[in-house]
Amino acid sequence: MVALYLTRWYLGTGLAAAAMAAVGFGVTATQAQSPPGVLIVGQIAEPQSLDPHAVTAVNDFRILMNVYDGLVRYADGTLEVEPALATDWEISDDGLTYTFTLREGVNFHDGSPFDADAVVFNFERMLDEDHPYHDTGPFPLSFFFSAIDEVQAVDTHTVEFTLNEPFAPFLSNLAYPTGLIVSPAAVMEHGEAFGRNPSGTGAFRFEEWQSNTRVVVTANPDYWDGAPSLEAVVFRPLTDANTRVAEMLAGGIDVMVEVPPTALVQFEGEGYTIHEQAGPHVWFLILNTREGPFTDVRVRQAANYAIDKRAIVEDVLEGTATIAAGPTPEAFAWAYNDDLEPYPYDPDRARELLAEAGVEGAELTFLVTEGGSGMLDPVPMGTVIQSNLADVGFDVSIRTYEWNSFLGVVNPGLEGQGDMAQMAWMTNDPDTLPFLTLRTEAFPENGGFNSGYYSNPEVDELLEKARTSTDQDERAELYREMQEIVHEDAPWVFVANWKQNAVTSDAVENFALQPSFFLLLHDVVKN
Amino acid sequence: VGRYILRRLLSAIPVLLGITVIVFLIMSLIPGDPAMAILGSYATPENVERLNRQLGLDRTLIEQYFIWLGNIVQGDFGRSFSLNRPVLDEVLDRFSATLILAGVSLVTCSILGVAAGVVSAARQYGPADKAITLAVLVGISIPSFFLGMMMILLFAIQLRWLPVSGMYSIFGGGDLKDLLRHLVMPAAALSVVATGVIARLSRSAMLEVLRQDFVRTARAKGVPESGVVWRHALKVAMVSIIPVIGVQAGFVLSGAVYIEMVFQWPGVGRMLVEAILRRDLLLVQGGVVIVAACYVLFNLIVDVSQSLLDPRVKT
Repeated sequence: MVALYLTRWYLGTGLAAAAMAAVGFGVTATQAQSPPGVLIVGQIAEPQSLDPHAVTAVNDFRILMNVYDGLVRYADGTLEVEPALATDWEISDDGLTYTFTLREGVNFHDGSPFDADAVVFNFERMLDEDHPYHDTGPFPLSFFFSAIDEVQAVDTHTVEFTLNEPFAPFLSNLAYPTGLIVSPAAVMEHGEAFGRNPSGTGAFRFEEWQSNTRVVVTANPDYWDGAPSLEAVVFRPLTDANTRVAEMLAGGIDVMVEVPPTALVQFEGEGYTIHEQAGPHVWFLILNTREGPFTDVRVRQAANYAIDKRAIVEDVLEGTATIAAGPTPEAFAWAYNDDLEPYPYDPDRARELLAEAGVEGAELTFLVTEGGSGMLDPVPMGTVIQSNLADVGFDVSIRTYEWNSFLGVVNPGLEGQGDMAQMAWMTNDPDTLPFLTLRTEAFPENGGFNSGYYSNPEVDELLEKARTSTDQDERAELYREMQEIVHEDAPWVFVANWKQNAVTSDAVENFALQPSFFLLLHDVVKN
Repeated sequence: VGRYILRRLLSAIPVLLGITVIVFLIMSLIPGDPAMAILGSYATPENVERLNRQLGLDRTLIEQYFIWLGNIVQGDFGRSFSLNRPVLDEVLDRFSATLILAGVSLVTCSILGVAAGVVSAARQYGPADKAITLAVLVGISIPSFFLGMMMILLFAIQLRWLPVSGMYSIFGGGDLKDLLRHLVMPAAALSVVATGVIARLSRSAMLEVLRQDFVRTARAKGVPESGVVWRHALKVAMVSIIPVIGVQAGFVLSGAVYIEMVFQWPGVGRMLVEAILRRDLLLVQGGVVIVAACYVLFNLIVDVSQSLLDPRVKT
């Protein structure tokens, strides 16, 4: 097996030449510098698969968004949908039929044509259990499209989706990685190994995946939106954050994502650029409204007043997050309620409320995770929260869990488990999070994520309406109203909205993070 | 000896089976399952159930175990869902990387440890002995992952002599020289503690042997001191040093987990950590069986070499 590692690796003749040059001066300057035109990205883990329908991790999305396109995509710097593989679309008045006109003359990297049949194949593979290639899954996020009743090819370049109920987030879900379009020919050829032999229509085509070492993609010169400036991108899995920082300092990578807050200071000088972008993320505490002190709204509000969010955001997270005002992240600009002010840090007000409610000195069990997707720095954050709550008279005991164990305890509901739990969500639309976590219908016993059992019929109605309306202005109005009520009812302690960060070396230009948290490398230049 | 080896290999089978049962049980006792690990925040009971069905995990644990056992007997370790790749391919790839790292470390710490121990014993209470004892104490006390990080800071970032992480360069390289450049720091960090332990025990083993009658006889016959120490005494002391090296081989293998994380070495230890976090049972099982088999093999080699050195040890 050693021979596997000893085989030399070339990436097209042009790149091979560049690589040889790198070896030439690499003798003195070590391995570090990569040739111009080749971008090396330090990823946080090995991808699970390069089949966009089979994965759930942002880490994998960073590669996929550069290899595939969806029918639609988020416009640069926003979470608003714009045309991609579809040039145009129409929505019927009842919100049940979406008709897309497809871009002509586009081919997959394997040479097969992109057309209406390919689109139909993609969605049927995911959704139809009898589809001959359904066994190339599993497709964990296929429920994003569970509203689809039927997908039909009207002609070569027209596709019609029929929904079983009006579903406003549909377009936005199509822009999500689960909606990326894969090459049917490649799926047929590789079967369950498609995830290791991906083929899409994107700006970069897949070249090589060497386990635990690198994924290499090279420029697609025929890209419909113009060939990318980079010749190639190498994604390196560097699971240990300290090692990632060390590689960045030593020049082993050109771009580093998810920089630990405490490491940012090392990149503040010359030679590096730090990028930040607030995203559709919210970090909060679920409060158990079914039993214990948090059944009383005054106690829930008191918790919101008692916790020093500024200290958490600025001291624990070193400015890599902003204070959350309510349940909806500000990144969803169109649906966000600007009038909402975060609960100020006011321990006196908290003590007053607790006195009114008569629960001074209550004991609380606080469920904390060691770390997990979007959880930022949960243990130190939990410790600060514990001491803030102690200041106003609570007696908080922390129980810590590894992430998967944590989800196993929290998702089935807090009843009998604890009074409060940390949680974080990242979604691509303003609909999903409140729909799954704040409705009465979404109690854990009904298969939802309302682990704190918050229930307000008014909120239920607003959310139901907002999800089925196809008029964006109306939806925005409904969501703003919902945020106000939820803010007042305080079923959560609203804590932070994460700002995604990245560091690039000076050789990298035109790099920008997106509010969607995707990594788009089409326009990036590497000198 | 041949029959002994065969018997020992056969007796390893129940040990390996026992280990797989324990791993299966532990993985089933900890909360969270693969579907939950994949779905994260989206793990509704409904989604979890659907995904588990697609992953073939809706069967009972006992059923799963015996299906796995049946397949493994036919050489089929299954397919890792978290890596989308046959388990055996992955484990062998990763294990070869670990073997290179652990093997080089073991050889290094054995040679250095024994040499330090012998020098120390031959010059008991001399300056060399004191220097070595101090160095050993420091070596044993430093956690290897910390040492690894410090080495990265110094040699990779400050001096830029060596690469930070990985097993081969991303550009060019891929040859033996490239491998060695990547291997120096992790192998050094991994061998420090084991070197210290081996040095200490070699020293005391040697001290004991040097007091024996045959050493005095050799000296009386006029054998030069270096011959007494290195040829006569060391050979006898090796009988008690070799089992220590055998035990250290186990420690080096398990210590490799930390080192592989720090240096992002694509080894089996890092693979297991990630597989456990993703609840990838097949991959965990495959990895554990191979690592366990390796332990058994190490112990066997130690026992056999001991019996070859010392006729009193029966095989």
